[in-house]
Amino acid sequence: MKAEHGVAVRAENCGKTFADGTRALEPVNLDIARGETVVLLGPSGCGKTTMLRIIAGLEQPDPGGRVLFNDADVTRVPIEQRNVGMVFQSYALFPNMSVADNIGYGLKIRSIGKAEREARVAELVELTGIEGLERRRIDQLSGGQRQRVALARAVAVRPSVLLLDEPLTALDAALRERLRGELDRLLRTLGITTIYVTHDQAEAMVLGDRIVVMSKGAIAQIGRPRDIYFAPASRFVAEFIGAANIVEGDYAGGRLKLAGGTLPLANGAAAGPVSAMIRPESIRIIAAEGAGLSGRVDSVSFVGDRQRLMVSGAAATAILVDVPNSLTVNAGDRVGLAVEPGAIRVLASGK
Amino acid sequence: MRDRIIFAGQLAFTLLVTAFLVVPAVLSMMAGVTANYFRGIRSGVTLDWVWQVWGLYADTIGRSFLIALSALVVCLVVGVPAAYGLYRSGGRLSRAVEEIITLPLAIPGLAIALALLLAYGGFSDFRRSWLFILAGHVVFTMPFMVRSVIAVLAAIDVKTLDESASSLGASPWRRFRDVIVPNARPGILAGSLMVVTLSLGEFNLTWMLHTPLTKTLPVGLADSYASMRLEVASAYTLVFFIMIIPLLVAMQLYAGQSAAARRRR
Repeated sequence: MKAEHGVAVRAENCGKTFADGTRALEPVNLDIARGETVVLLGPSGCGKTTMLRIIAGLEQPDPGGRVLFNDADVTRVPIEQRNVGMVFQSYALFPNMSVADNIGYGLKIRSIGKAEREARVAELVELTGIEGLERRRIDQLSGGQRQRVALARAVAVRPSVLLLDEPLTALDAALRERLRGELDRLLRTLGITTIYVTHDQAEAMVLGDRIVVMSKGAIAQIGRPRDIYFAPASRFVAEFIGAANIVEGDYAGGRLKLAGGTLPLANGAAAGPVSAMIRPESIRIIAAEGAGLSGRVDSVSFVGDRQRLMVSGAAATAILVDVPNSLTVNAGDRVGLAVEPGAIRVLASGK
Repeated sequence: MRDRIIFAGQLAFTLLVTAFLVVPAVLSMMAGVTANYFRGIRSGVTLDWVWQVWGLYADTIGRSFLIALSALVVCLVVGVPAAYGLYRSGGRLSRAVEEIITLPLAIPGLAIALALLLAYGGFSDFRRSWLFILAGHVVFTMPFMVRSVIAVLAAIDVKTLDESASSLGASPWRRFRDVIVPNARPGILAGSLMVVTLSLGEFNLTWMLHTPLTKTLPVGLADSYASMRLEVASAYTLVFFIMIIPLLVAMQLYAGQSAAARRRR
């Protein structure tokens, strides 16, 4: 299938207050390039689905908000004329139609001839790997098959933008991981502008060209997965993405002073109290003697591919450390902790 | 042993209750084919009374079906979209509307009929035609259609289906035709059977609203009880049973089928 790029999407000043007065979304701005995959990530109730529904045309933004597709204002255009493809969390497949009829429904609405429709449906059936199921009824499909049909149906109409609302959440963990890989490959093949809503940070990391982290109806940070992970803009982002140690200490003379010693800090903040993030995997265990920072191992959890230690006494709260599964370390040991200065991220104060 | 005694006791009780309910109906229908009821079945079996009923009341039977089917058409054309609209918009207003539609179930039919007479009795052409009775029947049966359709719409998460059809480019009318109605079919069918059955058997309202020229089957039945031989009235009951029972059976069969379909899902 040839690459389809869709449109650039721009949301300007889009807020949403529901009829009962609940503020679901603070006015936000979002720019999505043509062909880009953007993931809206956040805990439930953060406004990510509302944002998606505004872009889809299922919700109107509060007055003053605008949605643009390729610089054309579509704020007042109803969803059925926006040429979007949408995958719902529950898939919302039509129980009264076969798999093939579901996939072809958008084409039928567009008055595309039977022959062309069938060819296109066959193409999508192959692309999503659901050969042999075309004549099945929806209630005869498994969850993973339904997900594929929903995706095929959404992209069949060659949408300007593909919108996915937690498309993998309804599946069990193993299947979710497999489909995540498939979905990634498919989105790269299609190259359509895609907006993907999820609360699962692993999904966001794998699928997103950029991630929009949302919290309480506002955008907390926008960036590439690596930026979000290594350089979170706030404590919320740091803690929401992966495991994070947040330490509070005084910064003076190039070192951060903690309860159990000091750590060298590269990016010189102003002297005074500082809160910083350290990822568990960027901490190394060294001998306690002569270490800048040391503490006592409280517990060792063997996870298989690694071990996770809880070390107390080094900072005000216990610090999580991920170490290789070959290292021998026991609860009660005194250990030294070493961190590359670049791996310590000073967080903006206030939060 | 003790279990068997309990079982036998339960069976006997059930049969007794069933007999209590069924025997009068059977007696009544048998009276309709007995030559002389006061002399009992020994006087012979005849279909004369049934033919006499047919001769006297065929028009009421035809009219009853006309009204029942017309009520069905009105309930389908108005009730199904209304149910969809009420379900889609949700909120306090649509709940209030639903309650108001349901009100006629709680109000005695006579009171509704009186209200209709007060409001529209002055339009004498309307008052004299069968359409007047139809109006009453629509008021009475509409809640059954609307409720039954709303129940199905709620069960299949029709809001998301509607949204997904709209995302694929379908206009509101196409969505209603291609997605909403086919998926609400169990509710529409159940509602339809209710409407037809209730309309065929409706007496309270109809008795107030009818004129000598617009009698329906149940009104004719009352008429024959009041003014005819017992055998004729009983034969009339028999005719009524013969017509209403297939509908009731269809209703039960259908209810069983859709329940089974839901279990499969």
